[in-house]
Amino acid sequence: MFSSFMTNAWISGTIVAMLAGAVGFFVVLRGASFAAHAIPNGAFAGAAGAYLVGISPLVGLVSFALLSALGIGVTSRRTRNDVATALSLVAMLALGAAFLSVSLIYEPTINALLFGEILGVSSSQLAPVLILGVVSVAVLGWFYRPLVFTSVAPELARARGVNATVVDVAFLVVVALATALTVPVVGALLTFSLMIGPPAAARILVARPGWAVAGSVGLSLVTVWVSIGASYALNLPIGFFVGALGAVFYLGARVAARRRVTRPAT
Amino acid sequence: MSDHEPSTALLEVRDVNVSADGRDILRDVHFSINHGEFTGLIGSNGAGKTTLFRVILGIQEHASGEVLLHGEPLTRSNRSIGYVPQKVLFDPDLPIRARDLVALGADGHRYGLRRRPRALHDAVDEMLDAVDAGAFADRRVGSLSGGEQQRVLIAHSLISRPELLLLDEPLANLDPGSVQEIIALLHRVAQRQRVAILLSAHEMNPLLPVMDRIVYVANGHVASGTTDEVVRPSVLSALYGHHVDVLRVHGRVLVVATALPVGPAPNDEHPEFVVE
Repeated sequence: MFSSFMTNAWISGTIVAMLAGAVGFFVVLRGASFAAHAIPNGAFAGAAGAYLVGISPLVGLVSFALLSALGIGVTSRRTRNDVATALSLVAMLALGAAFLSVSLIYEPTINALLFGEILGVSSSQLAPVLILGVVSVAVLGWFYRPLVFTSVAPELARARGVNATVVDVAFLVVVALATALTVPVVGALLTFSLMIGPPAAARILVARPGWAVAGSVGLSLVTVWVSIGASYALNLPIGFFVGALGAVFYLGARVAARRRVTRPAT
Repeated sequence: MSDHEPSTALLEVRDVNVSADGRDILRDVHFSINHGEFTGLIGSNGAGKTTLFRVILGIQEHASGEVLLHGEPLTRSNRSIGYVPQKVLFDPDLPIRARDLVALGADGHRYGLRRRPRALHDAVDEMLDAVDAGAFADRRVGSLSGGEQQRVLIAHSLISRPELLLLDEPLANLDPGSVQEIIALLHRVAQRQRVAILLSAHEMNPLLPVMDRIVYVANGHVASGTTDEVVRPSVLSALYGHHVDVLRVHGRVLVVATALPVGPAPNDEHPEFVVE
């Protein structure tokens, strides 16, 4: 499992885990889980479309993830309901299905797109994945305080002069980038479990925002590393382990928090 | 009632009109607030108090009129104005402690990841102490009681050292003991930090001991001045558009619709017993 052809899997998995853990913290903080479920489906359609026209799947992933993120941003601003997100989710999934059936690619590839593949990132894609990951984290860092502020108390942030629209758009772009990088590894249907599970557990365990981000990244790394190892050893899709571990961490954190209630608050 | 002294007024609201969906919410609203004064914005639910706050904060479009701070038109998001909104819901799982929320009042609008300076941590502690919130500074905001959250929100809005603090119904949903505590605390903070306070409430009695001036809102119109100038049958009857009586009993004020039998549902047209 540490042989040379697995090196890519470990490197890309580590980048993706750190990014998803950090982005996911804000997804959970902003209550944007549904968008984080819909955007990967857009990315999935993009990857399928890229196979169809014969370009790099990463291009399709990034462009379609951005399109769905901005689409969700615009429509939810107008209508303020989750139907718009739901419809873009199913429309993208349908589009992806159509692209795949026309392009006649192998079934394992489809499976990989939906449920993840430890070798989902080829060595030629490693550099772009690393660059996009660094850019995403840098944007998150730059927007860190206004992001926390608008997530926690949007009205207070607006009264303080924070431009909520700028923060919203920047955040959706980062979610889209993180999604585009995560989908090839974890799969379109389970990417959002990596963005929800570890951060949801971390925020229960840690009361400070900065440390909760770190905790989320840590749990996300553990999730992905264990999943890669287990997927390699047991030959099950990596997405299965990511989803299962996310749920286990969340339940574990809930139980730990409940036991802590009897002791003085930390 | 007339307060046309733009040179001395901290904030001046001039002939502001707001309408939404063809309905007038505020009509020719005109009043001013002086440095360091405690002003009560009194009116029943739906009278337009929150809208008026949003106008002052520069986040509400208004058809006409202007708001002047130090005689200058307001820019969007003025540091000199602090704001405590009516309802802020915090998830109990939110990984934000009371002190984190207060610190966001100082640097939450700043981009970039800089380490918070020692001075900011000291200022946070100072603000938390000023509102008697030191004991629960390290607890999550979502786990605090309504009165405790109110204190933390006040500290949050005070840390930027505003000259004017707007509080939207801070006394609603608090038990009577907490109401007295918050009022005493605001009065103390206002004097110590020399900040003017505009506090909205549907009930004026708890505020009578501390209020320097009153801005009374009804039917989208306002009357302003000292309590004695405003809370009179003639002034309030003109505001409400029909006759009301003002009764003073044991240092409390009761505004009573004259010809109305007991027990109707409260609304703007018929001032019920505008009391607890």
